[in-house]
Amino acid sequence: MQFRSALAVLGLTALLAPAAPALAAHDTLTIGIAQFPSSLHPDIDAEVVKKYADGFVIRQITAFDTDWKNSCLLCTELPTVENGLAKIEDLPDGTKGMAVTIKLKPDLKWSDGVPVTTKDLAFTWKVGKDPNSGFSNVNIWTRATKIDVVDDHTAVIHLPSVMVSYNQWDEILPEHVEGPIYDKATGGGDYLKTTSYNRAPTTPGLYDGPYMITEYQSGAQIVMEPNPYWSGTKPGFKRIILKHIENTAALQANLLSGDVDMVAGEGVGLTIDQVLELRKQHPDDFTYIFKPSLTYEHIDIQRDNPVFKDVRVRQALVYALDRKTLTDKLFQGLQPVAATWVNPLNPNYTKDTAEYPFNLAKAKSLLAEAGWKPGPDGICRNAAGDRLTFELQTTAGNRLRELQEQVLQSQWKAACIEATIKNEPPRTIFGETLKKRVYTGMVMYGWSSAVTESPLRTLGTAQIPNEKNNYGGANYIAFSNPEMDAAIARMDGELDRTKQKADWAIAQKIYAEQVPVVPLFFRSEPHIAPKWLRGYAPTGHGDFSCMWAENWHAE
Amino acid sequence: MAGFVLRRSLQALLVLWVMSFVIYGLIGLMPGDPLDVMIASNPGATPEVVAHLRAIYGLDQPMPVRYWHWLLDALHGDFGFSRTHSEPVLTVLAPALAQTCKLMLISFGLSVVLAFGLGVAAARKPGGWVDGFVSLFAFAGISVPVFWLALILIIVFAVQLHWLPASGMGTVGDNGFIDQLRHLTLPVLTLTLASTGQFTRYVRAAMIETMRMDFIRTARAKGLGEGRLVLRHALRNALIPVVTIMALSFGTLFSGALVTETMFAQWGMGKMIYDAILANDYNLALVGLLFATLVTLLSNLAADLAYGWLDPRISLK
Repeated sequence: MQFRSALAVLGLTALLAPAAPALAAHDTLTIGIAQFPSSLHPDIDAEVVKKYADGFVIRQITAFDTDWKNSCLLCTELPTVENGLAKIEDLPDGTKGMAVTIKLKPDLKWSDGVPVTTKDLAFTWKVGKDPNSGFSNVNIWTRATKIDVVDDHTAVIHLPSVMVSYNQWDEILPEHVEGPIYDKATGGGDYLKTTSYNRAPTTPGLYDGPYMITEYQSGAQIVMEPNPYWSGTKPGFKRIILKHIENTAALQANLLSGDVDMVAGEGVGLTIDQVLELRKQHPDDFTYIFKPSLTYEHIDIQRDNPVFKDVRVRQALVYALDRKTLTDKLFQGLQPVAATWVNPLNPNYTKDTAEYPFNLAKAKSLLAEAGWKPGPDGICRNAAGDRLTFELQTTAGNRLRELQEQVLQSQWKAACIEATIKNEPPRTIFGETLKKRVYTGMVMYGWSSAVTESPLRTLGTAQIPNEKNNYGGANYIAFSNPEMDAAIARMDGELDRTKQKADWAIAQKIYAEQVPVVPLFFRSEPHIAPKWLRGYAPTGHGDFSCMWAENWHAE
Repeated sequence: MAGFVLRRSLQALLVLWVMSFVIYGLIGLMPGDPLDVMIASNPGATPEVVAHLRAIYGLDQPMPVRYWHWLLDALHGDFGFSRTHSEPVLTVLAPALAQTCKLMLISFGLSVVLAFGLGVAAARKPGGWVDGFVSLFAFAGISVPVFWLALILIIVFAVQLHWLPASGMGTVGDNGFIDQLRHLTLPVLTLTLASTGQFTRYVRAAMIETMRMDFIRTARAKGLGEGRLVLRHALRNALIPVVTIMALSFGTLFSGALVTETMFAQWGMGKMIYDAILANDYNLALVGLLFATLVTLLSNLAADLAYGWLDPRISLK
């Protein structure tokens, strides 16, 4: 009996003793993520969490840094017209194109020791422009019409037109690993089913960043260890683990228990209200960073609804909202109110646009001008007796947006405007309601763009989704304005910074005057890092902090 | 007996085939398609690219045609490619199934043992203090939301006491038996506590009813010991309705441990199916749901076979 008891105690001790894994030396950094990448191939799609995971292991040729300035990661010098590495050239059809010289760093190597060369760059372009590769994230490479390989480290990329984004280039693929797989792929989409990034992500040679993937459990975790052939700053950790914990309450508990050291803030971790609450309860346990980002929260307006035809009504909708108080109360003022889709941190931002600060009297007067007078039930009516009422939708289950909806509903009610909440699951909102433009009132959601990306896909006439284009565009508000289209076309092809900024200003002015959407605020990324982490610098845009992960180290 | 098993197996195949069509159709009726998730917020996805991708994924075909192609491939052992994992469906399914088996078999076994112990103890003296305590435990298990129970266990054992890991399936670089056991402890405890209550109530009710029957009174009058009476006579007769409930629950457990798997970051079948449905991953959702159907059918077949063993008067024809 005594022996049995001793055995039981021994067993329990073995089970419970090796606890508190994170109390060990800080040579491992475990990062909690609430989403998991569907693939690690950089070109298959534009998933945020995939880009985050890839950021540690695969380098883009260029990336925007923490100051939102374009910089070289794989190249020696950023190609510009000024330094002569980018040139405007005459094309056979009489139009202008560009020749962009990329000089790769000479000491770059894949994680199996094979040098990174322009052969890899040419291969990436070949795969990227092949429609049968099955990529949806092809824009970067389909821009190029030809690549001339000059030597192992120099290549000239030819573009069919003058474009502002000429010196923004993504990750390249290892030709020596992926080439034979691509060559064997026969039918459409075969390559994405057989690529090593999907089938064998721990294959040596797939990565050219400071870390490489050594263990991959789909849906669970990704383990990264230093790339032995990395020639840059020596990585500060022996191991970085991305651990997938979808439930955010569990993710917080894991953070507190030490099972994860930090939570990524790039839209793949906790929401801002959760982080604010955590900071309140555990102010000294972690470093909290709130980085203003490019993600723009707004409300799309259905312009086909007669209620919203009059611009004065749309302007009144914004005047009636106290957005400053909303962000102050809900987000402790950490998410700045937006005037247009352009963040004031963006180099193309202009202050010179119409703004609509909270002004209830102005809202009511604009509504009166537009023929809407308060009725007996407190809701405005027009001459025909129609009530000023509409449906307000957002992604069901998103607690923050649902909270915002209630605030907006109550503020509009004070201005005799009735909003009825009708939420739908995200897949219905994005898969049907917005895509097919079947919403009747308003839809609240966020969108994110690249630092210098023009508003073509969200405001260009050609991007209005319809049956003809297979509902392919993202201009869900069906905004169509010839002046805006012209400004977008110019800003995408204008290299002169002054003229470029002028076109951006025109677009922002039109947007602010026309009020095609109700602008709300710019999201702040909530990052939680351990106190001992150094070198961690969130960017706030799509080129994430992990693209400089070699600078991260423990104190 | 062999004829019965063969006939039921053929029926199961027919049910699976019908279910495959129904599930395929239902998933197809959901808003959006697999590409919507893939191209959402993707600046590179021009209308031309989208149209080409639809053709590549076969989404330009009507649903019945897509189903027909899937069925033909499935009959050749190719269950398709998971879009969200970028791997063949069976490659994705295998580790999820292994994890679920570990989690479910342990918690199911523990629940059954606990439920029989508590149910029988409670039924021996209905209304007594043991019955009161067991009922309280059972109702607490039934009423407490699983996610809350999981969170409390994490907070107590991982955050406060640092005894057990809060989540995951193993420590990187370790993954030995003890390590896996440590990672399984909290999810197994959650599932066990959640399902024991329900089973206990069924065992208790069936035992109370059986203990009131004439043959029990006769056996008692003949001087049979209480232990032998309960275990050999009453329990065996009380098992038939309980086995039915447990067989049905077993199938549900295979696809229904979503909350526990999500809370403890255990990548099992429940979470796999849920994620696949949300992300419009047709092939994975379909095969996952079909597998859950198959487990339910098989566990019911096992229950039917058990009836014959428990009560020889039941003929399996």
